Amino acid sequence: MSVGIGHFLTLSAILFTIGVFGIFLNRRNIIVILMSIELILLAVNINFVAFSAQLSDLVGQIFSLFVLTVAAAEAAIGLAILVVFFRNKGTISVEDVNQMKG
Amino acid sequence: MEQGALLTGLPAAFFYLFAFVAVAAALMVVSSRNPVHSVLYLILTFFNASALFLLTGAEFLAMILLIVYVGAVAVLFLFVVMMLDIDFAELRTGMLQYAPIGALVGLVLLAELVIVLGGSSFGPETVGAIAQPIPDLAIRENTAALGDVLYTEYVFFFQLAGLVLLVAMIGAIVLTLHHRRDVKRQDISRQVARTPETSIEVVEVESGKGI
Repeated sequence: MSVGIGHFLTLSAILFTIGVFGIFLNRRNIIVILMSIELILLAVNINFVAFSAQLSDLVGQIFSLFVLTVAAAEAAIGLAILVVFFRNKGTISVEDVNQMKG
Repeated sequence: MEQGALLTGLPAAFFYLFAFVAVAAALMVVSSRNPVHSVLYLILTFFNASALFLLTGAEFLAMILLIVYVGAVAVLFLFVVMMLDIDFAELRTGMLQYAPIGALVGLVLLAELVIVLGGSSFGPETVGAIAQPIPDLAIRENTAALGDVLYTEYVFFFQLAGLVLLVAMIGAIVLTLHHRRDVKRQDISRQVARTPETSIEVVEVESGKGI
């Protein structure tokens, strides 16, 4: 039994697809959409780390660290916006986010 | 794309275990009825991804994934889910309406990814062009090796990442800070500025009457 880079890429492709599917499935619940975005970023990280191990190059792990940073910042800002939105409108449904349409 | 195995034997078996649990937990994240359960499954996914990182030798990243994602992000999600008073059952209505188009897009994406990844192979010049080779674990451990590169070659990006986090922190505080006017607050400058002249009033009270 042996696992190569292809296995890791397949796993990350599956995780990425589940994340995209989750965005479509939970159109009314922004919290789950944010979680789906976290899944997508995790899939990207797995790709970086797998290639880093395959090519024996440390830069993949460095970049993965930066992706992690941006993901944390995105989650914090996204949840803050969500809390403010809920305070103003009393709902978190994506379909109610239409105040800015002209 | 046979380029030599990353893992063989027992680690390979563990790869299948962790990968399977990660995919199953990810599926539960997007399809769970209760957002609290979604967050808990997200934590399970991150734990398994961290185990996969450990298998590939990215030890520092595995620990950071646990600290940042499970310790900070997932707990933040959990707080927000429990803080908001939402009828989540109502949000679930019409969910299946989007399931077919979502499944279609997902399947197309997956097929594209599999086609691209399945037919790809490394060019021979790619393998030679390594920017920062990973040192032998016996000589330099993963954390120290990452630090060697991060604080020298990529120090500007490192500072930029810090700036991103600072902006995110300030942004989140500014967004959620809100002043309630209906609660009494301590105003220290007013308290200090009070004198006997402004706060004491001498009143002549006639006997037999109140004020």
